[in-house]
Amino acid sequence: MNQWQNLIKGLIKENPVFVLILGTCPTLAVTTSVANALGMGLSTTFVLVTSNLAISALKDFIPDKVRIPCFIVVIASFVTIVDLVMAGYCQVIHAQLGIFIPLIVVNCIVLGRAEAFAAKNGLWSSTVDGLGMGLGFTFALLVLSAIREALGSGSFLGHKFIHSDGILFFILAPGAFIVFGYVIAIINRMNRGTK
Amino acid sequence: MPYVLMIISAVLVNNIVLTQFLGICPFLGVSKRFSTALGMGGGVIFVMTLSTIITYLIQTYLLVPFKIEFMQTIIYILVIAALVQMVEIMLKKVSPALYQALGVYLPLITTNCTILGVAILVIRKEFNLMESTVFAISNSIGFTFALIIFSGIRERLELLEIPEAMKGIPLALVLAGLLSLAFMGFSGIVH
Repeated sequence: MNQWQNLIKGLIKENPVFVLILGTCPTLAVTTSVANALGMGLSTTFVLVTSNLAISALKDFIPDKVRIPCFIVVIASFVTIVDLVMAGYCQVIHAQLGIFIPLIVVNCIVLGRAEAFAAKNGLWSSTVDGLGMGLGFTFALLVLSAIREALGSGSFLGHKFIHSDGILFFILAPGAFIVFGYVIAIINRMNRGTK
Repeated sequence: MPYVLMIISAVLVNNIVLTQFLGICPFLGVSKRFSTALGMGGGVIFVMTLSTIITYLIQTYLLVPFKIEFMQTIIYILVIAALVQMVEIMLKKVSPALYQALGVYLPLITTNCTILGVAILVIRKEFNLMESTVFAISNSIGFTFALIIFSGIRERLELLEIPEAMKGIPLALVLAGLLSLAFMGFSGIVH
């Protein structure tokens, strides 16, 4: 597999959110607006790339039996870096995302890639894999948040395009579940068509 | 906040799964059968209460005096992972019957974000030890409550004829949405 395929597989074919159904908690929670989704997506991408890089570099030194705790410590360190950087430079997004920044640690996508890919592959392809998966995650968040923000508050990235309030339902919790459910159903339907 | 109000708020009004989106993975993953939902719920109540008390004590007597609060995420996840492992070993020795019932679910609990989430939330909300304990217990009961209702509904939907594309996760998500809508009806109880 060349690096280009390695990069784009995370976007569509193995999209972590839509196809593998991983990382659902942040997906549902932060997609109320496109700005939040972008913040969450990019911080998770950073953690994915750096943790994949670090774990791939350390894989020969980590004993097999204690690898999961080691991976978690590596991931938690990078999450702490993201948390502190965001608290320093983009406080608005940091406050909006709140508890979901430290919770990137338990995002199954990050640990999943560390275990399934970075622990077995070289530095460069692990980094590319992390980037691809991160961008796939960001892409999924953007799709969901664009739908929810457009329907729920009639705006895109905070710019309103209708002169009234949107349908509040889509911003609230039930809307998140239902939009996500239908988007997956549509993707399933499309995938079945291509097979 | 009085404790009764706190319990009602955490179980019904601000349910941790249906309104705060924590612990969706186990919520979707182990809700296919009623009995597994019960086992997972029991495990979460046990581990969440214990881990919240321990992380609270670590925060007050270790992180704050030494001014290393920025290590919170790393320390907490390590404590939770170690705790889950320890509970598993102890349960195997002390109560094999309970281990039989909860054993399979214990390793899954480490990556359940409700555990880490509640541990961090009680610090952010500046609760004292008693409040933190009640908060953890009531949130884990809320998680179990939602999981059990959800698994009950999913069991009944198993034999239903639905479009191919909606089968499995999509239907579960739409169902969770409707359940969350139903839980919003409780929001008048506590302000």
